Amino acid sequence: MTAKSPPPLAVDQLIDDRRTRIIVCCGSGGVGKTTIAAAVGLRAAERGRHVVVLTVDPARRLAQSMGLSSLDNTPRLVPGVQADGPGGSLHAMMLDMKRTFDEIVEAHADPDRAAQILANPFYQSLSSSFAGTQEYMAMEKLGQLRRADEWDLIVVDTPPSRSALDFLDAPQRLGRFLDGRLLRLLVAPARLGGRTGLKVLNVGFGMVTGVVTKIIGSQLLRDVQTFVSAMDTMFGGFRERAEYTYRLLRAPGTAFLVIAAPEQDALREASYFVERLERDGMPLAGLIVNRVHRSPAARLSVARSLAAAEALQGLPESDSSRLAITALRLHAERMRQAASERRLAEGFTAAHPFVPVAQIPAQPDDVHDLDGLRTIGVAFDPELQRRPDTCGPSPAMA
Amino acid sequence: MLVSVRDTDWDGVRLHVVTGKGGTGKTTVAGALALALASRGKRVLLIEVEGRQGIAQLFDVPPLPYEERRVAVAPADDDRPGGDVFALPVDPQSAMIDYLAMFYNMRQAGKALTRLGVLDFATTIAPGLGDVLVTGKAAEAVRRKEAGRPVYGAVVMDAPPTGRIGRFLNVASEISGLAKVGPIRGHADTVQSVIRSPQTAVHFVTLLEEMPVQETLDGIAELREVGDGGIQPGGIMVNMMRPFGLSDVEQSGSATGKMTDDKAGAAQARDADALAIALKAAGLDDQGLAADLAAELADEARTARAQREQREQLDAAGQPCYELPLIPDGIDLAGLYRLAAALREQGAA
Repeated sequence: MTAKSPPPLAVDQLIDDRRTRIIVCCGSGGVGKTTIAAAVGLRAAERGRHVVVLTVDPARRLAQSMGLSSLDNTPRLVPGVQADGPGGSLHAMMLDMKRTFDEIVEAHADPDRAAQILANPFYQSLSSSFAGTQEYMAMEKLGQLRRADEWDLIVVDTPPSRSALDFLDAPQRLGRFLDGRLLRLLVAPARLGGRTGLKVLNVGFGMVTGVVTKIIGSQLLRDVQTFVSAMDTMFGGFRERAEYTYRLLRAPGTAFLVIAAPEQDALREASYFVERLERDGMPLAGLIVNRVHRSPAARLSVARSLAAAEALQGLPESDSSRLAITALRLHAERMRQAASERRLAEGFTAAHPFVPVAQIPAQPDDVHDLDGLRTIGVAFDPELQRRPDTCGPSPAMA
Repeated sequence: MLVSVRDTDWDGVRLHVVTGKGGTGKTTVAGALALALASRGKRVLLIEVEGRQGIAQLFDVPPLPYEERRVAVAPADDDRPGGDVFALPVDPQSAMIDYLAMFYNMRQAGKALTRLGVLDFATTIAPGLGDVLVTGKAAEAVRRKEAGRPVYGAVVMDAPPTGRIGRFLNVASEISGLAKVGPIRGHADTVQSVIRSPQTAVHFVTLLEEMPVQETLDGIAELREVGDGGIQPGGIMVNMMRPFGLSDVEQSGSATGKMTDDKAGAAQARDADALAIALKAAGLDDQGLAADLAAELADEARTARAQREQREQLDAAGQPCYELPLIPDGIDLAGLYRLAAALREQGAA
């Protein structure tokens, strides 16, 4: 029985289409999102687009290769882009979530009040370690870049969260929290008093604040109170901003690329994410299965390879036979791995038969230069996706 | 059998914290470690803190409630029966209700406050608070006794990823912004005394790739610098090892080290010539097969070389390294038992 093969994902078509303005790369941690985002950005720039890549947590050497030596929240021109044809360009920036948060505060409050907020201990912990802040600020930055309209394509690498869904939900969660009734209720009891739903539930208001004070301490509660009164004018704004970017994600011109490794957990997360995007009417371009193993000698099956290795063992030993035995066993192992990866990917396609898929060959070493990114980009050619055998282990060898 | 009488590398340790970068298989390794520890006859508690029901998936059981439940029985050793693995998903809210019940006798109120979102709110505005409560649950399980004997021989915690582990475990400074005295302070101090004792070790799960290795090294350094003697780093679990390593490809011309593209091409051509002779002898005289296999071999040699560099960096960290095989087709229970056996054979449990 042969499994139905998915439609090929043509990343090149996506980046060549001028109507594509935002590409969001998402997926669970450790699947190579950052590298794929960078490779998409570079390929688009070299095909003539003006691109900015917003990255969150790049490997040091990859960041350096893109000229990102510091986390300064400013798009930097990446040198070494070889555009053939009318000039494209590539900028890259690393998200500084605290700086981005600070800028929102500075933009919305007068200088005195802004200074007061920035110095508040609760604000400092909120802006640097709050769950969801990174996702919120990544979306905020995306909105800013889109409004600046200096680039015709924005590629976003989403934060390394455990679940790919965090990145969609966290901004609204933070927005809701900051705008939340409970936040104001707990810290400004004088204003809202007892006219709340608490009485209905027979829980005294004093008891609520009492317990909260017991648990989190009175100092923190005071910090929160100061923070809330200083931020008063900005409330409402947070949820609005989160909703703006959420709408941006659904707008025509946005495309989601879901990235997975050919592994059980990563593909399961990819599956959840695809279902969620469909449910929310978000534009899914397709799935990228990163780091798949292929063999340039795929015509030699596991069984024949092992049989040949065994035959050689029965013959007089020589340097060349030792080398061949190793090569044949290695080949059999790689073929087994490739088959197992293919089965896992087929499992995804069985559940989502219409989601286009592209496979990116595993690279022999970590990618840390533009050439490495270019090598990955080769697989964005839909022709190569239709002829999977040509996605050999390293195109450089061809 | 020798294994059963030999000391393990972590004999005095009762709280095994397992961390790792996303995608390295942290939850799987935590599960395998729990099984490995239990197969020495211990009763083991496996704690999950990220609310993903990863343990239930791993052991193929329905989603777990906030309750210690048996999820697996370890295989018997030669001379003793296997122990049980219990699992407990801990979330900050449930831990907080426990805490309110324990110190204030306020279980009902705690539940009412949960419904109102108050506890969610409190753990949200004080991120360290949730960590104190969650690690507190693990510390409590380590210390719990019945009839003078510890209830659990070992507790394994599937902890947050490497990037967050230092802050997660550094309970004392986390709550410095909170109550300076009182029960929560005392609670944190108790938790800290367990985490900073030789009874606790933090294991790192990694792959032989640049980013997970870097995060592992950063994480180990961070634990050592936590202050007051630091938190004890444990083993480095190198996960998803493919069966071939550099030693297997060393004989190929392509494996001799970093070289220019020209030289690599020449070495690959020499390999192809040698392979052609041998393949012919084995009855495979397909045109071009030797060249393709030589290309594949060169590719494997590059991978192996890159992995050896990463492995050398890990070795330099001075912690024991354990290797866990790649389980093709995804992890099932059989695969989990294989990983547990590998951990035991190497002395990790």
